[in-house]
Amino acid sequence: MAAEIAIDIRKTFPGRAIIRAQIRYPVEASTVLILFGPSGSGKTTMLRSVAGLEWPDEGAIRFISRTWLDTASNIRVSPQDRQIGYMPQEYALFPSHTVEGNIAYGLGCLTPTDRKKRVDELVDLFQLRGLESARPRELSGGQQQRVALARAVAPRPQLLLLDEPLSALDAPTRLQLRGELRSLLKQLALPSMIVTHDWEEALTLGDVMAVMSEGTVLQLGAPQDVFSRPANAEVAKVVGVETVVQGQVVANDNGLATVAVNGITLKGLGQGLCGTGVYVCIRAEDVVLEQAGSGMTSARNHLIGTVTEVAAYGVMVQVKMDCGFPLTAMVTRGAMEDLQLKAGSSVVAAIKAGAVHLVPRSS
Amino acid sequence: MNWTAIWVTFKLASLTAVALLVIGLPIAYWLTYSRWRWKFLVESVVALPLVLPPTVLGFYILVAIGPHSPIGRFYTDVVGQPLPFSFQGLLLASILYSLPFAVQPFASAFDQVDRKLIEASWTLGLSKLKTFFKLIVPLSTAGLITGAVLSFAHTLGEFGVVLMVGGNIEGVTRTVSIDIYDEVQALNYTGAAKTAAFLLVVSYLVLLLVYAINRNMWIAWPRK
Repeated sequence: MAAEIAIDIRKTFPGRAIIRAQIRYPVEASTVLILFGPSGSGKTTMLRSVAGLEWPDEGAIRFISRTWLDTASNIRVSPQDRQIGYMPQEYALFPSHTVEGNIAYGLGCLTPTDRKKRVDELVDLFQLRGLESARPRELSGGQQQRVALARAVAPRPQLLLLDEPLSALDAPTRLQLRGELRSLLKQLALPSMIVTHDWEEALTLGDVMAVMSEGTVLQLGAPQDVFSRPANAEVAKVVGVETVVQGQVVANDNGLATVAVNGITLKGLGQGLCGTGVYVCIRAEDVVLEQAGSGMTSARNHLIGTVTEVAAYGVMVQVKMDCGFPLTAMVTRGAMEDLQLKAGSSVVAAIKAGAVHLVPRSS
Repeated sequence: MNWTAIWVTFKLASLTAVALLVIGLPIAYWLTYSRWRWKFLVESVVALPLVLPPTVLGFYILVAIGPHSPIGRFYTDVVGQPLPFSFQGLLLASILYSLPFAVQPFASAFDQVDRKLIEASWTLGLSKLKTFFKLIVPLSTAGLITGAVLSFAHTLGEFGVVLMVGGNIEGVTRTVSIDIYDEVQALNYTGAAKTAAFLLVVSYLVLLLVYAINRNMWIAWPRK
């Protein structure tokens, strides 16, 4: 059997949309699946079902060669027997245990010497030296997150499940830990599933991404593909970022980064980024269209392009163009008429540097 | 002061508290975590001693353990002596009478343990029983001590049930509260006053302990 994860579940909660979700994707040593969607889309229920903490009304969950759930043949493997590492939102560290006690908690089957050795390893790996005897409430958010992750991976699980791993952190810490988390996950070399509603996290951390909305999986694919080629309007609405292209930061002037995309240069905001590969992300609402040859504006980016497609959505019109890379803009019907936009017309796309999001690309 | 009565009372109260720690924990665990829809039926039964007059409770216990009931006959056959008007019978009655005073603090302490912590423990491979002793009990110490101490204190002061089930046998079932009643009946107000004051002070100290413990525990482990 090919190494894959197959989930097909149905679960009803009173007063909420029925969750009817299917995912099937191949796993390698460190494949990261992102469960992406707005709150209430069923992504946490999906994760908890995989953990064995939620019992779907019917369905099956298979992980590589093991069946964790199959309601048809009445197989229900308890969370204790699934060999998973699970990190809930807000981490759920044991307040009665020290950092060391938390990490050692799931290592009861090891001899005291082996346990000590394993805890030591993890304290080093997660940079917790000096905090071994601290209580969880004495730790900062970032430290708590590292302890929770160390605790989850200590018993060498086969699959790591993280529920909104970064959402409890303040913005600067989140930004820093996003990159660290990615390299940690690759270093640990174990497959993981991450629930998030943050598209930058999805791009940074994910290898595969499942977009969920109202209890169903709308699209499954590589994050960049999902963002730049949403399967339908609903996915596009959920992910909310229409343009995602790869670029290279070539210069950085106090956080104002110059990025090269297919030979075109763009200005974007990216503190501390230089010489790195990035995803350049632009929302369609942030793109202003002008007639070619018009005057100066405050926008830092003026891209000359050719309209490739015009599609109306109610009062709004989605304009796809080629500016050296595919770019999508959203304008009103009136603006489209004034600019006389149609496939083939020349146009200038103006984008403020602040609207050009640069997300470091994972190596 | 009647030191024999005080000794009987303390023995009874301590054994009741210990027994309730053993019996009350599984009941409280079940009441906290069971999702059985008829759970409230059991909850109401456990809480009954709170509202029932002690004489009513005592009467039913007396009938249940008496020579005409299967339980009473079985006990007499096995042990060789009847349960009513014995210390063992009194202990059984005290356990039932103080059950809610132990189970309710236990259950509310368990209930305050964040469900996420318990789930985290399960995913780390610990069985429900191991999770209970390694995680839930340490996080519920304040509630467990409160329950044990309250059932101890409640047993110290019980009167109606003792009178119905235990009778009034010096050195066996005569507790402090019965002794005070006897003294007053005999118009020995001085003796009654001494014993009453003793019981008042002990009860107050016990409650001080409960409140002091709860305060400290909350400082040690703030909830959210």
